[in-house]
This record gives sequence, structure tokens and C-alpha cells, in this order.
Amino acid sequence: MITIYVDNQAYQAKAGGNLLEAVLSLGLNLPYFCWHPAMGSVGACRQCAVTLYKDEQDTQGKIVMACMTPVKEGLRISLQDRQSRDFRARVIEWLMANHPHDCPVCDEGGECHLQDMTVMTAHDYRRYRFAKRTFANQDLGPFVNHELNRCIACYRCVRFYNDYAGARDFSVLGCHNTVYFGRSQSGPLESEFSGNLVEVCPTGVFTDKTLKEHYTRKWDLQTAPSICVHCGLGCNTIPGERYGTLRRVQARYHSQVNGYFLCDRGRYGYEFVNRPERPRTAMIRRDGQLAAASAEAALAAARELVGSARGLAGVGSPRASLESNFALRQLVGAENFYSGQAPWLDDCVREALRQLQIGPATPSLRQVEQCDAAVVLGEDVTNFAPMLDLAIRQAVRVEPMELARQLKIDLWLDGPVRELIQDRRGPLLIASPAATKLDEIARWTYRSGPAGVVRLALATARELDASLPVPDGLDEPTARLAKEVAAALAKAKSPLVVSGCGCGSVELIQAAGVLARALAKVNSAARLSLTVPDCNSLGLAMLGGKNFRQALEALRLGRADTAVVLESDLWDLAPTDAVESALAGKRLVVLDHLPGRTVQRADVLLPAGTFAEADGTLVNNEGRAQRFFQVFPPQGDIRQSWRWLGDLAGRNWPNLDAVLAELSSALPDLAPATGAAPQANFRIEGLKVARQSHRYSGRTAITADVTVHEPKPPDDPDTPLTFSMEGFDGIPPAALVPRFWSPGWNSQSALTRFQQEVNGPLRGGPAGVRLINPGSSGGTAVSAVSGESDQAGPQAGRLCYQKLLVVPAWHIYGSEAQSMQSPALAGRAPRPYLGLSPADAAQAGLQADQRITAQFDGQSLSLEARILPSLPRGLAVLGMLAGQPAVQLPAIIDPPPKGAP
Amino acid sequence: MLNETEKEEVARELERYPTRQAACIEALKIVQKRHGYVSDEHLAELAGLLGMTEDELDGVATFYSLIFRRPVGRHVILLCDSVSCYVMGYEDIYRHLRGGLGIEFGQTTADGRFTLLPAPCLGCCDRAPAMMIDDDLQLDLTGPKVDQILAQYQ
Repeated sequence: MITIYVDNQAYQAKAGGNLLEAVLSLGLNLPYFCWHPAMGSVGACRQCAVTLYKDEQDTQGKIVMACMTPVKEGLRISLQDRQSRDFRARVIEWLMANHPHDCPVCDEGGECHLQDMTVMTAHDYRRYRFAKRTFANQDLGPFVNHELNRCIACYRCVRFYNDYAGARDFSVLGCHNTVYFGRSQSGPLESEFSGNLVEVCPTGVFTDKTLKEHYTRKWDLQTAPSICVHCGLGCNTIPGERYGTLRRVQARYHSQVNGYFLCDRGRYGYEFVNRPERPRTAMIRRDGQLAAASAEAALAAARELVGSARGLAGVGSPRASLESNFALRQLVGAENFYSGQAPWLDDCVREALRQLQIGPATPSLRQVEQCDAAVVLGEDVTNFAPMLDLAIRQAVRVEPMELARQLKIDLWLDGPVRELIQDRRGPLLIASPAATKLDEIARWTYRSGPAGVVRLALATARELDASLPVPDGLDEPTARLAKEVAAALAKAKSPLVVSGCGCGSVELIQAAGVLARALAKVNSAARLSLTVPDCNSLGLAMLGGKNFRQALEALRLGRADTAVVLESDLWDLAPTDAVESALAGKRLVVLDHLPGRTVQRADVLLPAGTFAEADGTLVNNEGRAQRFFQVFPPQGDIRQSWRWLGDLAGRNWPNLDAVLAELSSALPDLAPATGAAPQANFRIEGLKVARQSHRYSGRTAITADVTVHEPKPPDDPDTPLTFSMEGFDGIPPAALVPRFWSPGWNSQSALTRFQQEVNGPLRGGPAGVRLINPGSSGGTAVSAVSGESDQAGPQAGRLCYQKLLVVPAWHIYGSEAQSMQSPALAGRAPRPYLGLSPADAAQAGLQADQRITAQFDGQSLSLEARILPSLPRGLAVLGMLAGQPAVQLPAIIDPPPKGAP
Repeated sequence: MLNETEKEEVARELERYPTRQAACIEALKIVQKRHGYVSDEHLAELAGLLGMTEDELDGVATFYSLIFRRPVGRHVILLCDSVSCYVMGYEDIYRHLRGGLGIEFGQTTADGRFTLLPAPCLGCCDRAPAMMIDDDLQLDLTGPKVDQILAQYQ
């Protein structure tokens, strides 16, 4: 720490950063626009001007831009002097010259960085009397609204979208005072991260198009800290509710997980919570028909079914919380608890868990960003774990940034660093069945099915550790590539191996572990990152239920006659025939919030709360347990799943902490999950944390059409948060932050007030807790995996043209069931398809988009043929689309005949 | 569609630079030379040749005021409106042009003969006011002189 002087007062600041960061970290007010904590400084907007003095005697000083000035010992500046205040006032005046007076109809109003900065600089009178420049807006697709007249040309959008997220379908058009931020032509933004423009833009140029459909001001939203439920990475979110419907989702900063950003699935997938088709009433089957019943009657009926069962099968869910799954396990007994992850994915998740337990350590997303070499084995991370794509895009800049270090250029100086790096990228290998979006930044790409990728991984491991065997069937080009990749990995300071469940190959996950461990022998900083399919896949695996195949068997053989299904659609897990024959004559208690085939088949349906109406803990792909909180109380019959199940089991859990206490004693490995967030009795200054802002409007009028007496706020026995505007609204512990707001800072930029320092952790302790310590438990390391060991038979590279090996192809819009209920997102999903190599398509006489019928084991699928030039011959990909009949992958199929026209 | 000559010319430019996109300004000029402006179709085709997206190339094309993204007349008049010309009577010249041609800055005459555009400086302050028609610099302008000059461009 060093000492700097601001307006003659001494402060302690961190050396090495820039002055704007230092001033903001000190909690002082200084307006800015073009600087963004994740994207560094460019000094473009001139708003953060301060006066810099040579020494104590200097009374003149000179104007400098704080964001471009390195912090040095003894630095002496003024924010309050007339010179810099006038300068800042002029700057905002010219930035505002063309800005419309449309705040009342602007979606950004009330959480607008430009509004806040205008107030901060006290610019309150417009002297500019002339016509303002105006633009035609573009249709940028279903996610982001475009209103360019509001633009102040800070360039943050293009710096995020193009420079940070690597997309190329957006640009700055025109010049001087007519600068247009948009696309060459109207059309949907192609980046998976386009929604971040809404938060990156300091004003209302880019706003949330789905919010517009049910608009609510920030101060009128009831918000709570939450965790994204749309993939396995566990990004932190802030969902906002009004009048019982969810209105939007924003990023909640977490220094180790998602940083400042979210992917578009995470931001726009929320509308399943609001769907009218959603099960909302408790139902009981009477005379073959599901009929509405009271919650108590349904609970009694369920209790009767469970109590009279000759055998129970409880099917847990990778999209339900640890607590709900545990409650089910307690109801049915550990020996009758089964995983609701599709069996082939379940095998992969369990293997991923085992590899994480063995090590080397798994990185957080922030640590991924800091790796200087990476291999991605079998994964299309852009579609399977989207924010990992964004992290890898930062990682490839790490190695070339060494140049900047050598030239002593501060890394936060974004302009010079980018100019220096140009197109240089660090080593990245993408080994996958078909082309992925990350190929464009990869040094090497390798096209093959899982077995070929396994061979490449093992060959690379062997290059690093001569004690390992040479994999069988290694061809010359693969061996050469392995040598090159191994050399780059060995040279790296912090190399990373990425793999996961996306290929459906257990062997591949093992091989990734072998490679990571071989690498760790050379460099102890080596890391292993593994993706998992769902938001609580890893948590469910840690609860240790049996595989769903065994559930079907138990039901089919009659060992169980009653199934209790938690937030799962069984038809998504196994082929239709297998599910139907297993369920024939069986009794079904279903808890869910998604409509589906299992819900329709239920004998008793208990409507479950979504993430927005429930409290619980999710375990992400790094084994980090994170708590999500109710955003609003469930309405009608809806209850949180763990509460339904606790009542069914006759447990009188008074609150969530009681569930966690029982979980901790039953499964000590999971006990640390209790510490993911403060317990229900936590208070600050005697207060709970308020979910509603202190400006929340209409509290007394909101139910005035029913009664003029203001209702008591709903109780929340489970958390230290309250459904009220009365409560603590300062800076709570990180896990309890319901919104970012600070006096004078109404936008997301208030975040710097919540950080210990810019880009540092939030104040008030960590949010979430890691449950897995590598090396502490779990199986022994497998040092070798045979590339030929998987049951699939003919593999790419071992071509057998009579058959096709089918592996999954994931889609950010389409593969995840909950988000597919959001109209904005569903509209961007592909139609069900089978991707074929041009050679295989030609051999089968198939053309693009032709209808085909593909025969999988026990399931026939009607699909469209897609021709994918990147696919090797003999390999095919099946688009993984929510709701389509389940098949087990990888699979061997006959080349499909053309379907009926 | 670009014709063979244009493609050859673009290919020749590409050879001169270490990266493809470095040739983008020259490539845009090649297209404009024959067509007078760069259409959306030409922009898309050029982007493909240069390994750029349309958005990236359009960013360059629209940045330069002498790359035209809309059709222009047979002759383009660039009238200097910078300080020296302003002092020396630019406003009279502009009024004269507007009166004679019936168009404002940014417009093209109905017969497609002239497009009138402002230019920030033509670099001949010593001979102000000045304008440029196509590739010809016209200096020491007066109203009658402008009429004479325009007559030369049909």
C-alpha cells in the first residue's frame, strides 16, 4: 500500500492500478464513462479529469485523466478544485448535447449511469439550442433493444462486444459527430453474450428487450441474490420481480465466478417462471383424470401413496437444490434414491466428480481467464458452458500480454496493450467432433470423435510424462500434434485442461485427468476444469444416488411400485418405451414447475417453486456450493420442493437451516455447504436484508382494489432476507447482496462500492464455499486409459462407413429445458437435426434440411439432415434439444434412410 | 459482382500487405473507381475477399468521407468549408452552387450530373475559396468562375 493525497487528505491506495480505480475503491465520487473495470482504460470520454499537483507547493496543477494515470507513492490530486470541476462540467455538457430528454420513457431511467454522472457533475441546464443528431435504430433480435439517439459515444459497447467477447457482427460506423454503434444491417446479434450490452452501456442505447414486455423500474423490483440455473457454471444473478412475475435477470458480480457478466441463456432464460402452462395448482388423479385439489388434500394423497407403497423409487434432479434432493433422499431412503440425470450423462458427471477429487485443483472462471495455455478436449464450451467461452477468450491474451509486461506497459491500458498484441494469441487447442466457435481463436484444431480425442490427450500426456504408455493406434499426425501441444503446455506458466460431460464420454474425462496430472508433474500450477450439464449436477452426484437405469429396473421388476419424481421429466432421461414399460401400473408422485410428460402422467402433482420462489444451494462445476434465495413468495399452492418433501416425510423442518443441519450430519462431506451463506437468524444492526428498495412504490396501494388495509409482509423463516422495503439496505455480506445501489449510484456501477477494491471480492466475506479439496477423498488416480476401451466400436479415425457414431451437439438456445420455455430464447433454437459429414450425407443420398428418420436403440427420431463440413467421416452429431425423445449417446446407428416427405 | 479486372486489382493490393484486412481501403477505392460508390452487395463481396465481416468493413467504409456508400452523381463537388475558405467567401460560393444546381450538401441533382459535398480542407488556404470536382482542384473561386467551371462537367 502507498499513500496518495486527494484534496489534501492522505489515503492508502494499492500501487500499480490507475487513479480512477484507486479513487473509486476509496469510496470517493468521480464521474466516468469509457472506463469499465473488466475492460480497462482508454481515456476516450475525458470525464474523469482531476487536477494533478507536482508537490505540496504546486498551486496550479494540471488536468489529467484519472483512468490514464498510474497510482504512485505521494501522488497529489484534487477532485474538488474549480479547474477540474469546470472541466468535468464542460465534458458532460458536450456529451449531453445530443442526448434526448426522454428519461421518463427510457428503460434505463432510474438505473442510468449517465443520469447519475450528470447529477454528480451538477449539469442541469442545456445551452445547446440546435437540432440534435438523430439515427434510425436497428432490430438487433429478441434480446437487445437499440435506441441510438441516446448514445454518448463512450465506445464501451464495441469494446465489450468485439474486443472482450470476440464477436465480429457489430461495429462503429460513420465518423466525427455522427458515430453509429450497430450492425452493417439489422439482424440478431450473434454473440452469446450480447445481453451484457444492456449493463455495459452507461445509458439507454442498449436495453433489455424482454424487460420491455413487462417493464418495471429498478426501484420497483423486488430482488434477491440468486444463482443461474441454466448450466453448470453457477453464475451469480439478480432476478427482479413485480406483481408476482419475474421481470428480468441481471448479473451479480462474483470475483471468482462470473465477474461482471452473464451469457444470454442465463440472462434471458428466466421466463419459464412466468409461463401460464406451468403447473401451479396441486392435483390428484381421479377417474383417470388429473383434477385440481387443495394443497392439503394433495399432500394427504401423496402421503397415502408413499405410506402404502410396497417399494419406493425417488428420482432426484440435477436442476433442483441440494436441499430438495436431500429431502427426497430422506423421504425414500438412501437406497431408493436415484439420479435424475440422463444415465449416460450421469456416468460422466460422477467421473468428473471423481477426477475433481483426485486433482489437480480446478480453477474458478476468474482463474481460467488468467491461464496462459489451454486445451479443450471434446467440449463445445460456447454451447455447453457459455461463460467458459468468455473466460477462454481472455485466457488466450495472457501469453501475448507478456510483451506488454516486458515493455512496462500497464495492463489496464487497454488501447496500447491491444495495439501491441494485435492478433497474437496464446496456445489453445480445440479438439472436438465438429467445429466450435472458439476455433477462430485456437492455435490448433483437431476433429475427431471421443476416442480420437482420448488418444490425442493421452499422447500429449505421454509427451509430458514418459512413464505413461503410448496410446494404442496413435497415427502420425496426431502424434505430431501431441508433441507440439505438450511443448506449449510445458512452457506455460499456468496451463489448463478443459473437458467435461459434453461428449458423453467417461474415458475422455479420465484422459483429461491423466493429461492434467501429467502436466501437474511438470508444473504444479496446472489446472483441470470439467463441465457438467446442469446447475446442480455435481451436487446431485455428491448426494450419491443410484443411476436412473437402476430406477427403471426397480420399477420394471416391481421392486418399487411408487415413484416420487422431483423436478425431472423421466421421458427426458430414457427412451419412451423403457419409461412407459417401467411405469405401467405404478403410482407416481410428481413435484415440478415445468409442464411435461411426467407431470401429465402424475397421480399426485405437487406444484414446485422455481429458483425464484425457492431457497437452496447449488453446487457448480468447480464444486462451489452457492445459495440462491426466494425472489418472491410462491403463490397459490406452489411450495418449495424441499418443503413439500419434508412435509411428506413427516419431518417438521422449521426452516432451511434445519434441512441443512440434517444434511450435514447425514453427509459430512457436504456439511460445508451450510456456510454458503449466512443462516436465517443472521441480522445486521438487528435487521434482515430488505429485498425491496427503499424507494419501492405502491406498497400501501398495491392491494387497494382488494383491501385498504396494508397486508403484513410475508414471513420468511428460511433466510436473513425480508419481503419488505423495511430492513437493512446498506452493504450486506456478499452472499446476501440483493441489488447494487449506493447513494448517487443508481446503476449497476454502484458495484464498485460493494467491492473491497476494483475487480476484488465483495465486502463482507466470500459468497459460496468450495466443497471439493483435491486429494482429500475419492478414488485413486487412473494413470492410463485405453483409447480403444469404449464400447462404441467403430470410431472416427477407425472408419467404418456402414455405421455412424453419433455424439451430442449442444445448443445454448435449445438444450436446456427451463430456458426453452422463454419465448425470446426458444425462437433461436434450431429444429431437431442430425449433423452429418458431407461424405456420409452424399453416400446416404441426403441433402441439407431433408427429413430423415434415425433409429437409435429403443427410439426412433424424426429429424432434419444437416451437413456439417467440419465433421470427420463416420461421425454424426445429434442436436440436443429439450423435449425431444431421449436417446443414449454416444450411439452407433445405421445411416438414416430418408423419411416420408 | 466484381469483374475480373477488379478482382485482379484487389488481389494485387492484397499482396502488398502482411494481413488481408490491411488492403481494405484500397479495395474500397477500386470498387468506387468503377461504380462511383460502394453498394451493399459490393461491400459484402469485398468483405469475403478480405477476410472481414461486413460490419467491420462497413466501419472502415463509413469512416472515410470520400468512400461513398450511396450512389453519387457523375461528378462530385467537394466544397471546402474550413476556416480560410470561410473567411474568403465560402458562404457566397455555397449559396451560388445551391442556387445554380438546386441542391444542398449531401444531395444529387435530378439529372444525376452533380453531387455536392462539404470538405473540411483541401489544403490550399492560400488560394481560397476552393473546391474540388472529381480529381480537379478549383481555386480562387468567384460566382461567375464557378459557372464557367461547372459548364466543363457534363
